[in-house]
Amino acid sequence: MGERFASTDAVRAGLGSVDYLTDQATAAVVFLADRLDKPVLVEGPAGTGKTELAKSVAAMSGSRLIRLQCYEGLDEAKALYEWNYRKQLLRIQAQAVSDAGGGSRGWGDLEGDIFSEEFLLARPLLEAIRSDEPTVLLVDEVDRVEVETEALLLEVLSDWQVSVPELGTVRATRIPLVFLTSNNTRDLSEALKRRCLYLHLDYPDPEREREIVLARVAGITEHLADQVARVVRTIRQMELGKPPSVSETLDWARTLLLLGAESIDAETAASTLHVLLKQRSDIAKAARELRAAATG
Amino acid sequence: MLDAITTFVDELRVAGLPVSLTEAIDATEALRHVELVDRAVFKEALAATLVKRREHRPAFDTVFDVWFSARRPLDAGLVGTEEALADDDGREVGDEELVTMLEQALETGDAALLRTVARSAVARFAGLEPGRALGSAYHLHRALRHLDAEGALARLLGASGDDGIGGLGPDGVIHHSSGLDRRLRADEYRANLERLQAEVEAEVRRRLVADRGADAVVRSVRRPLPEDVDFMHATGEEMVALRRTLQPLARRLAVRMARRRRHRHRGPLDFRSTVRHSLSYGGVPAEPRFRHRRPSKPELMVVADVSGSVAAFARFTLQFVHALSGQFSRVRSFVFVDGVDEVTRLFEGADDLAEAVRRVNTEADVIWADGHSDYGHALGDFLVRWGTEITARTTVVVLGDARNNYHPSEEWVLGAVSSRARHLWWLNPEPRSYWDTGDSIVSEYASHCDGVFECRNLRQLSRFVEHIG
Repeated sequence: MGERFASTDAVRAGLGSVDYLTDQATAAVVFLADRLDKPVLVEGPAGTGKTELAKSVAAMSGSRLIRLQCYEGLDEAKALYEWNYRKQLLRIQAQAVSDAGGGSRGWGDLEGDIFSEEFLLARPLLEAIRSDEPTVLLVDEVDRVEVETEALLLEVLSDWQVSVPELGTVRATRIPLVFLTSNNTRDLSEALKRRCLYLHLDYPDPEREREIVLARVAGITEHLADQVARVVRTIRQMELGKPPSVSETLDWARTLLLLGAESIDAETAASTLHVLLKQRSDIAKAARELRAAATG
Repeated sequence: MLDAITTFVDELRVAGLPVSLTEAIDATEALRHVELVDRAVFKEALAATLVKRREHRPAFDTVFDVWFSARRPLDAGLVGTEEALADDDGREVGDEELVTMLEQALETGDAALLRTVARSAVARFAGLEPGRALGSAYHLHRALRHLDAEGALARLLGASGDDGIGGLGPDGVIHHSSGLDRRLRADEYRANLERLQAEVEAEVRRRLVADRGADAVVRSVRRPLPEDVDFMHATGEEMVALRRTLQPLARRLAVRMARRRRHRHRGPLDFRSTVRHSLSYGGVPAEPRFRHRRPSKPELMVVADVSGSVAAFARFTLQFVHALSGQFSRVRSFVFVDGVDEVTRLFEGADDLAEAVRRVNTEADVIWADGHSDYGHALGDFLVRWGTEITARTTVVVLGDARNNYHPSEEWVLGAVSSRARHLWWLNPEPRSYWDTGDSIVSEYASHCDGVFECRNLRQLSRFVEHIG
C-alpha cells in the first residue's frame, strides 16, 4: 500500500504546485491509485492532458518517470527485456579464441555467463519493476498495441512481477504508480480494464481553462485569458470534426499574446483559427459562425 | 456499508453495466481510504472502480443519485439533509423574486443560487404529492415549464443586445458590447440553463426517493444505455446522443478492421529480407521474414428503405457506413421508397455527413407511384439501372423492414443480385419476433440473402459492420 499522498486535497494542491490544474475527480483517482496500488487507465479526447498528468504526478512526488510509448507491433523485446545478442555473440567468440589459446571452460560456465544481468537489456516495464527509487510508469497510448501484447501488461500490472526464464522471477521492491493512457481508437480488453482504475479526462470548464491559461502562458492578462477560455468554449460547442484541445488553446493564447492583442474580436479570432483547429472544414465552419455572430 | 455497496452494484448490473466481482471488491477496498462524508470523492471512488466506459457514466450517475441520496449517514452534512430542505420551504419566495433569482442564476452561473432556484421551482411547481404514482419525467417537465427558464434566457439575451453591456476591459472600464461577446454570453447562459435543468432533475429525484424509497424510484428513472437504444423508437434526444457516439465508434471500428486485415494472412517467406536479417546473427537465419499480402478492400453498395417507418434507421446507417468509407474501396448508397435513386454524390466530398444525410431527404428522387414502400418495384428498378455494376467484389447490403404494403415481392430480383455480388446481406431494424407478421415478407427475400440480421441498436450495427469489413 502506497503512502505517497496524505489526502485527495494534498494531491490536488501538489499538482497545482507544478502548474497542472485539475479537478477533484482526477485528484481522487490519483490518490486511490496510490493507496490501492492499482494502475490508472486515463481516457479522453486528444490534448486534454493525459500524458501531462503522469508527468506532473512524477514531478510533484519527486519520482522518476519511466515512459513506454506504445505502437503497433510493440513486443516483449521492446516492452519487457531483451538479451543483448550481439554482445553474447562476441562473448562466445572471445571464448572460442581463448579456448584455442589453451584455456578450456565448459559450455555450462559459458551459458551461465551469457545469460546474466550483464547481457540483459531492461526495457521500460522491467526497469520500472526493478527500480529502487519511487517511480511513475507511463504506458502511453496503450490502445495502439495488439490484444496479445496487452496480456503481457496484465502480468506486470496485476502481480508486479516479470518472469525471465533464464534468471527467474523479478518482483517489484517498490510498486510504481502506473498511468496507462488511451485515445480510444479501440476497446481495450475487459481483463485490462478490470485491473485498472478508470479516469476520463474531458475538456475543462471555462473557469478552469482560464486558470490553466493564466498558469501556463507567461505574461497574459486576466482579461485576455478569460476571453480565450470563453471563445474556446463556444468553438467546442459547434459541431466540429476535432474540437480544440487544451494544448491548442494554450498555443492560441500565446499567438494572441505575440500578436499584441489586448482583447479578442470576431475578426482576430477568425483570422487566427488555424492555431486552434487543424481541419479545413472545421476552420471554415467556425470562422463563418464567429463572423455571423459579429454582424448579426 | 457493505450491504449498501452490494445492492448498489446489483442495481448497476440491472441498469446494464458490466460490473465484475473483482471490481465490486475494489470498490469496497477503495472506500476504506476515502472520507465517506465527502460526497464528491466518495462518488469518484465508486465510479473509478466500477465504471470503465465513458458511455456508462450517465447511467451510473443516475443510479448513484437515487441510491445514496436516501442513505442518511453518508449524506450527513451535505446538501439534501432535512434541515436544509425545511429551510428552503420555510422561506417564502415570491413569484417575482424567483424570476429575478432565476435570471441572476443564469447570468452568473452561481452554483448555490442555481440550486436554490431549482429547489423552490420543484417545491412550487412540480406537483409532487405523497403517494401519487407518476414518473419523474412528468414532475420534471412540470417544474421546468412553470419556471419558464427558456423565457428568462430569451429575456437575458434580448437585454444584453439592447442596452449594450459589455465585459469589463483590461483597464476596468466597461466596454461596448460586440456581436462576438453576445454569442459568448449566449453560450454561457445556455450552459447554465443546462446545469439548472440537471439540478431540477436531481431535486425531483431526491424528493421522490424521500417519498417512495430508492427501489421504486430507480426503476422509474432507468434508461437504456446508448448502445442499446432502439433505432425505431429513439426519442430526439437519444438520437442526438447516438449521433455523437457515431464518429468515435466509426474511428474505433476502422482501426480494428484495418488492423485485422493486415494481420489476418501472413504471406510467403521473403527470402531476400530473411538473408539480409540473418547477417546480424552471423549468417544464421534466426529471424524469418514474410511478405505481406496486399489487402483487398470490399466494395460496398448500401440500398436503404427511407420510407417513414424506418427512415431514422436508414439515415443513421448511411451516415455510419460513410464515416467508415476509408475501409472499403468504394461505398455507394441508394435510397428507395417505391422508386430508387443513387445518393453517393451527396456523400462524396461532403465535409459534414449530417448535412449530406439531410440533403438525401430533400434531393433524392424516390417516389415512383404513391410514396408507400414497394420493395418489389424498387429493387427491380435497382437491378435494371445498376445491376451491371455489381461485380464479384461487391458486397450489397439492403436496409429495411420488408413491409411491402402487399405489393408483389419480386423476390427473384434479389436472386439475380445475389448471383452477381460477393455477398448480399439484409439488415432489419425490427425485432425478430415481428418478422413475417402483417405485410412483412422478410423471409421471402431472406432465401436469396447470405444472411438477414436483426439490427435494432448500435451494438448490433457495429457488430455487423465489423463482420463484413
